Amino acid sequence: MPRIIMGIESSCDETGVGLVRLHDDDTVELLADEVASSVDQHARFGGVVPEVASRAHLEAMVPTVERAFDKAGLKLSDVDAIAVTAGPGLAGALLVGVAAAKAYAAALDIPLYGVNHLAGHIAVDTLQHGPLPDRCLALLVSGGHTQLLLVDDIASEITELGSTVDDAAGEAYDKVARVLGLPYPGGPPIDKAAKNGDGTAIAFPRGMTGPRDAKFDFSFSGLKTAVARWVEGAERRGEEIPVDDVAASFQEAVADVLTRKAIRAAKEHGVDTLVISGGVAANSRLSELAAERCAEAGITLRVPRPRLCTDNGAMIAALGAHVVAAGRPPASLDFSANPALPVQIVSI
Amino acid sequence: MLVLAIDTSTPAVTAGLVALDGDTLEFRDNRVTVDPRAHGELITPHALEAVKAAGVTLRDLDAIVCGVGPGPFTGLRAGMATAASLAHALGIPAHPVCSLDAIAADVAPGEAPFLVLTDARRREVYWAAYAADSTRTDGPHVQRPADLETTIEVAAGDGAFLYADALGAQPIEPRFPSALGLVKAAREALRSGSEPAPLTPLYLRRPDAVEPAARKKVTTP
Ligand SMILES: [Zn+2]
Repeated sequence: MPRIIMGIESSCDETGVGLVRLHDDDTVELLADEVASSVDQHARFGGVVPEVASRAHLEAMVPTVERAFDKAGLKLSDVDAIAVTAGPGLAGALLVGVAAAKAYAAALDIPLYGVNHLAGHIAVDTLQHGPLPDRCLALLVSGGHTQLLLVDDIASEITELGSTVDDAAGEAYDKVARVLGLPYPGGPPIDKAAKNGDGTAIAFPRGMTGPRDAKFDFSFSGLKTAVARWVEGAERRGEEIPVDDVAASFQEAVADVLTRKAIRAAKEHGVDTLVISGGVAANSRLSELAAERCAEAGITLRVPRPRLCTDNGAMIAALGAHVVAAGRPPASLDFSANPALPVQIVSI
Repeated sequence: MLVLAIDTSTPAVTAGLVALDGDTLEFRDNRVTVDPRAHGELITPHALEAVKAAGVTLRDLDAIVCGVGPGPFTGLRAGMATAASLAHALGIPAHPVCSLDAIAADVAPGEAPFLVLTDARRREVYWAAYAADSTRTDGPHVQRPADLETTIEVAAGDGAFLYADALGAQPIEPRFPSALGLVKAAREALRSGSEPAPLTPLYLRRPDAVEPAARKKVTTP
């Protein structure tokens, strides 16, 4: 069975290459995790520009692979299998990683696995906290995704309970940051400002929490508009904007809805473990509130360290290792990336 | 010297094997599919099939030559990422070649200068001008065919066929870069044995991205 697995990630603006070792007891050990980010090139556009991201992936791909092997002290010939993000993500960005992964697999004559980025965000937690329980719930929150997933088997069986009907949580952070004159990406500056603010100062709406709303879906578009409306009203009245209070109140609304729905889903599905991952998982208020509510409900909370939460190659390598351990078949070398790959398809 | 040539700068997905001995080029085998949406799917399988058809393996390669565009499709990057990764994994050099030069290298030797044009989409062409001996004299550029000011009367490449009327130039073969043309265009670099130039795409266009204007208000005053 393959032992050293390389993971390649290029679904958005991070070129990631990870190396892991799959042990006999099916535990997975992280050996290297190298990321080249093009986030700075997108900052002045206020969001990821697909063509800019794709160009950066092509430039960064081989150097990032080289760095990962240097860090791990391994040679390319030590790798037994490759996993690559097959989707979901930006089409032109995914294409670069998939093309590179196929070429490495062909040249090294080893199996290639096309895997799901979303499942990777969950699998990465096993690098830090060990194997997942038989059944768990995962909340994925980032600039690209907001999803509540039921995980029966990380290598093969994931069900989507709900997702955002409009903006991803991280997108709402970016847009609210802009309203408040804070830099892109919006997560860290809002979190920082919120620490000095009062989360109960302004009662922003909790989207999709009405009795007739889908129980496990999310909506952040109304919240974002409510924040803009509030700020514009204050501006019109010539008042100074209490940036800290607005940030804290916005963040409270996001964390409240996310954790409330996650806990409810865990209870309804009889699950006692919640994994929170994705770039927004690093948000201090979200993890604080999740810890509080999980403790109350008797649910074990697992949040990977921030470096593992954001997009990286380690998560793809980790998922690849689980897929290999489960004995799933590798992909044929003529597969194409799928920008809309559904989460039920863990490996193609 | 056994060379794998790769090009995905046009709707053609091309991978082929050429042997270079001194100054002599010998075509071995290739796989070509014309489908602008299949670059990412097919380029590695095509490389493997071409190598297999020639009775060798990827391990037997001495160098890679890759067309670096100009090319409009995101598929250009599929070929380039493939070439760069293969070269890295096999520990062999990857030489960049302007894809228009590869087409020019396949134009039958004649008396007159000629143009090479490929489809840049958005009603534009990538083009370059060549002397009768296939050395590039101008370009590459990206332009609307009607805006091209030239007295050259023959033109190769699929752009020459697509826009024959607007150009007023007689279209000639080939339409796409071939494995042999790619290796011909890289012959000097291959023979010199020197460090290859970086594998950088000839984009010619800036990414479509606009900086956001002042934020629109959600409320009307
Ligand atoms: Zn992600």
